[in-house]
Amino acid sequence: MLMLASLLCGLVFGAGLLISGMVQPTKVLAFLDIFGAWDPSLIVVMIAALAVSAPGFVLARRHARPVLAEECAWPTRTGLDRQLVIGSVMFGVGWGLVGLCPGPALESLATLSPGVIVFVVAMTAGMILHDVWQKARPKLRRDAALVDG
Amino acid sequence: MANFTPLSAAIGGALIGFSAVLLMLLTGRIAGISGIFGGLLNPDGNDRGWRIAFIAGLILAPLLAAVIGHAMPTPQLPSSWTVIIAAGLLVGFGARLGGGCTSGHGICGVARLSVRSITATAIFMLAAIATVAITRHGLGG
Repeated sequence: MLMLASLLCGLVFGAGLLISGMVQPTKVLAFLDIFGAWDPSLIVVMIAALAVSAPGFVLARRHARPVLAEECAWPTRTGLDRQLVIGSVMFGVGWGLVGLCPGPALESLATLSPGVIVFVVAMTAGMILHDVWQKARPKLRRDAALVDG
Repeated sequence: MANFTPLSAAIGGALIGFSAVLLMLLTGRIAGISGIFGGLLNPDGNDRGWRIAFIAGLILAPLLAAVIGHAMPTPQLPSSWTVIIAAGLLVGFGARLGGGCTSGHGICGVARLSVRSITATAIFMLAAIATVAITRHGLGG
């Protein structure tokens, strides 16, 4: 059941990205290109997503536990650190270079586009590189590197 | 703003938000794609099943859409393989280092009013806007 629920959520998420047009890198870049022919669609996607998820999460918080698992894995980290800032800058530069972020990139594998496949391989390599690098660091600093989402 | 598509953007966005809420209510997990995918790369990971199922659903969506006559257009990417590879590396490393991506921070985290996620979202948006400004318009940033 857990697998089926996850599959369904992935499907709905994918449908959302598809309908919103956010799977097309040129549409994402048109949002980021505020000095060009600006397309504000991406901000509408975010606002609509937040309009559903914000009250939905408030509701989810009231439930002691999820339907198919022991507990809700809400992120627990607070406070800002250098990793968050540097990581987000790197992410933003990569996103701005091509117009792909992890969700649309993985979904676009369905098109078997060689460019997308190469992007996903490089993205995976970047993640593995990060994990290897984190493991090589002293433990105290590593503790600050759990994920938010 | 010739290409502005507010209606489809709003419907698609609402579905993304709904998926995030549904995933939390059912499985107790955050719908952050870099987190879900990154967790698969952990050699000690013991919760691969739901992660693979979510990503399978993500990839299945355009295939099902094609069946009902709405084939997904081929993504248009830069012609330079160097740029694609560099971008992929930056997105992968950056998402893990920063603790999330557009979905985990931008939608789930901002929805929780997490200061970390609001900060991360503002930073990667600004970095991406600056990158596009430089690559397309040669503006300093």
